[in-house]
Amino acid sequence: MSNFLTSSIGKKVIMSLSGLFLIMFLCVHLALNLLLIFDNSGALFNQGAHFMATNPIIKIVEPILAIGFIIHIIWASVLTLQNQKARPVKYALRNQSKNATWASRNMYILGAMVLIFLVIHLYNFWWNIKFPSLGTPLAAITVGGVEMEDTYTLVSGLFKSSIVYCLIYILGGVLVGLHITHGFWSAFQTIGFSNDIWRKRLECLAYFFAVVFAVGFSIIPLYFIAGLGN
Amino acid sequence: MSVLDAKIPAGPLKDKWSNHKAHIGVVSPANKKKLDVIIVGTGLAGGSAAASLAELGYNVTAFCYQDSPRRAHSIAAQGGINAAKNYPNDNDSVFRLFYETIKGGDYRAREANVYRLAEVSNSIIDQCVAQGVPFAREYGGLLANRSFGGALVSRTFYARGQTGQQLLLGAYGAMNRQIHAGKVKMYNRHEVLDVVIIDGKARGVIARDLVTGKIERFGAHAVVLATGGYGNVFFLSTNAMGCNGSAAWQAYKRGAMFGNPCFVQIHPTCIPVHGDQQSKLTLMSESLRNDGRVWVPKKIEDAKALQAGTKTANDIPDEDRDFYLERRYPAFGNLVPRDVASRAAKERCDAGFGVNNTGKAVFLDFKYAIEQLGRETIEKRYGNLFQMYEKITAVDPYKNPMMIYPAIHYSMGGLWVDYNLMTTIPGLYAIGECNFSDHGANRLGASALMQGLADGYFILPYTIGDYLSKEIQTPKINTNTKEFDEAEKHVTDRLRRLYDIKGTKSPDHFHKELGHIMWEYIGMARDAAGLKKAIELIAALKKEFYKDLRITGEFTAMNNELEKAARVADFIELADLMAHDALNRNESCGGHLRVESMTEEGEAKRDDEHYRYVSVWEYKGEDKAPELHKEDLVFENIQLTQRSYK
Amino acid sequence: MADKILKELTLKIWRQKDAKSKGEFKTYKVHNISTGTSFLEMLDILNEQLVEQNEEPVAFDHDCREGICGTCSLFIDGRAHGPDDDVTTCQLHMRRFQDGATITIEPWRCGAFPVIKDLIVDRKAYDKILQAGGYVSVSTGGVPDANAIPIPNDKAEEAMDAAACIGCGACAATCKNSSAMLFVAAKVSQLALLPQGKIEAARRAKAMVAKMDELGFGNCTNTGACEMECPKSISIAHIARLNREFLKAKLKD
Repeated sequence: MSNFLTSSIGKKVIMSLSGLFLIMFLCVHLALNLLLIFDNSGALFNQGAHFMATNPIIKIVEPILAIGFIIHIIWASVLTLQNQKARPVKYALRNQSKNATWASRNMYILGAMVLIFLVIHLYNFWWNIKFPSLGTPLAAITVGGVEMEDTYTLVSGLFKSSIVYCLIYILGGVLVGLHITHGFWSAFQTIGFSNDIWRKRLECLAYFFAVVFAVGFSIIPLYFIAGLGN
Repeated sequence: MSVLDAKIPAGPLKDKWSNHKAHIGVVSPANKKKLDVIIVGTGLAGGSAAASLAELGYNVTAFCYQDSPRRAHSIAAQGGINAAKNYPNDNDSVFRLFYETIKGGDYRAREANVYRLAEVSNSIIDQCVAQGVPFAREYGGLLANRSFGGALVSRTFYARGQTGQQLLLGAYGAMNRQIHAGKVKMYNRHEVLDVVIIDGKARGVIARDLVTGKIERFGAHAVVLATGGYGNVFFLSTNAMGCNGSAAWQAYKRGAMFGNPCFVQIHPTCIPVHGDQQSKLTLMSESLRNDGRVWVPKKIEDAKALQAGTKTANDIPDEDRDFYLERRYPAFGNLVPRDVASRAAKERCDAGFGVNNTGKAVFLDFKYAIEQLGRETIEKRYGNLFQMYEKITAVDPYKNPMMIYPAIHYSMGGLWVDYNLMTTIPGLYAIGECNFSDHGANRLGASALMQGLADGYFILPYTIGDYLSKEIQTPKINTNTKEFDEAEKHVTDRLRRLYDIKGTKSPDHFHKELGHIMWEYIGMARDAAGLKKAIELIAALKKEFYKDLRITGEFTAMNNELEKAARVADFIELADLMAHDALNRNESCGGHLRVESMTEEGEAKRDDEHYRYVSVWEYKGEDKAPELHKEDLVFENIQLTQRSYK
Repeated sequence: MADKILKELTLKIWRQKDAKSKGEFKTYKVHNISTGTSFLEMLDILNEQLVEQNEEPVAFDHDCREGICGTCSLFIDGRAHGPDDDVTTCQLHMRRFQDGATITIEPWRCGAFPVIKDLIVDRKAYDKILQAGGYVSVSTGGVPDANAIPIPNDKAEEAMDAAACIGCGACAATCKNSSAMLFVAAKVSQLALLPQGKIEAARRAKAMVAKMDELGFGNCTNTGACEMECPKSISIAHIARLNREFLKAKLKD
């Protein structure tokens, strides 16, 4: 495996694997989020959140997830920088829309926007849950005899209080979706799992996941805007 | 006769090559390392020779004018490569390939050379397959064959319509391996402009770096010219824009004799000329004649309507179509050799039956093949060619017949070489299209690739060893000698002379003029009066050229105009030699048709009694008439007959 | 079908004296161009005009003019090999342009393909990648009979699809990352598909990728622009195979 990680393909494999890992995380995250709208008493979501906060496996995975994000971001930056350097003189006129999708050409920009969203998102929720002493402490609630933090109220409170946040979260969902329209199938292509037949299937799957994430994540703020939440 | 020794080995035809190989000199591996070989041109012949010689251990220096050896014009060969494998079990054999090649060449090639070519043809296919050339295959996994003009068997191996490309990339790969190993030193974008002779032997070349414009010297124990053909003397041809005869021409002026310069091939299936702004003609593969039927209207009024654009091909019913090749040559039909097909097309068009607006085109129709085999089969066989045709003409050949017309394609003539492929200058070799040796007066389809690779892979590596085995005492060639000084000065002066004319007309202007003269008088039909006129016109053009040429740009820098001018200067001189040769040969044979020598049916008439020889021309000095030598062609194994494809 | 005449075209062409000089766009006009004229013939006409005016003609690479040698390049109106699909610049015809149009013509822009003059770039980098391993290491002679190696028809066809690469450089020129992956993949894939090439597949993939990286091409992000602009329509499925071959090779190390 000598020099693998410094080779162009090696670097992209890292992007690919970290990306796929992040997609897996998004699946779990989305599933959990959807609990918000299945039970407007908030009990289900609170239980889910509590489980995630206390489960030892999740505790182990959490730092790995963080590393996954960091690797994905750093390597993306390195690759993008190298790619910029590979064309020192730019074209005066380019007509790229003829040969590649907008998302595929703007993955770094999409990624950067997702990152900004992520910072806002972490500040809104993760920060408050993890460091209650620094942020706004969460109220406690008892669900099924177990005392836990009332994360449901934190979420619903945010969306009910601010239409701007709702829009930011809808945009976040759409950005993630766009990122995945290319990212999903590209990840498989990079690890060599593609050919002329599978490419079509993977591209279909990519759009499927993109739509699921975009709609799934956007539906939650919409749900609260519509006043369906508690 | 005295100056020409073809060095044909004694013995029965089929043993000549093996006997010869057994008795010629060989260089030991230790000594090969000390010997340098220059190869000019990196097409199929040059590329394969460079790879093979380097594999043997020689130090090879190779040159090409293109930006990469992969771009040599061998790449444009479409249809295929012949070999006597007899895989289809249709009674092919080395003898049959030999016989058909000699006959196809209208009995103007050397028996021994052609037999050797047929003999090594099979090894070429083996070699190319081992290199990973993706030849077409049957569903069982074995190699597929197709048929070509002038042959009664299917012996052509192919890789879609890109056989030349695939074979060239195979040779290029082999050469790349040697470049990587340091055994081939490759000079891209270098044009060789002179051969350096020391004590009567070729010892190096003078080349111009086309990027910097610098003139450079290179020495070697032997020099191999693999520079391709000179079809561009006609300006419009299927050759690549850069194809030129300059290195060969300078070798001629240094003493290498030129064989059969008037033998050029006119390919019947090219896309017709569309206007006077055209710079290049596009070939459509001969393989198309496997399934396409050639026709013109029977009625002159239909032809007139087609020319005026009031009718299209599909408006003409089958019974009003004249499938003239099938009519005139029932045995071979649409697959007659190229010269025959070209002349037949010209005959119909001259009679007024041409089918496009200029009246200079015939139809090549796939309607029948599509009806019979289905569009899918045709698409599979010729898809890329059809696509190419549509891109150029904006006509869909699946729905309308293609329009084709003959165009200059290949030069059978070239530097005269002996059986060892050595020119009349010791140590100077010529291989591939650059030499005159194997195709006589007409080349069969799919034989150029065969010859290029035969020379480069399997013939030159043996025969050059014979010469070099006597050179093992010769130290590295010093390029600081008076001979190199003289040659470099000669090149610089020549270019400087062109550059300093400062006239008003571009090199292309003169090239076009030359092309008009060539096509008009030294084209598909030639006669004494026309040829004499051509000689006068060429002389006048030459005068005008040296008076009114304009080369813009800088002298010592990249300068495409200067490159072109030097090539045109050589083409003008070559054209004159071609005219002399054509005038001398008062017979019709192969691609050379003398109007004076035709049968009553309008077929070409060969004159074996007077012209059964190779015309070998010796340079006698600037503005002096060249001297003709004759190499008699002896046919011991073949009965000479008037060629018939009826 | 019938050719029309384009009365006037404005050409914005990159002019650069040599590798070291700074270049700039210059504007020229050509008149009465038949739509049946090829793009390069149109440039020939311009050049003839420039020579007449005693100006230096525009230098551009071209040779076979049949779309097979891969010499011609040019970034025309923002696209490699111009606005038509599946063609090289030499096969591009003027019927693709409207009368009165302004056409922008640039050289390939790619760090690994430095400009030599005007529209001519140096593509030696592609040669170097192939020299690193783009071949089957067999010497002349001593090979088995051609039919001793049966190859399934579909494999041979797929290998041929990849082998159709003409090395023109459009893939790297058009890629937003200046990546040469399609070019490298075409050769690696062709030879990996054939039994003759399989033997040294691992070595080849590693050597060629290493050389590609060394020469300063960018990293592939699978946008697929290369296959859209490839005049031979080579599929990026071959890039997937290259990735696979490379990973397999590296896992064995």
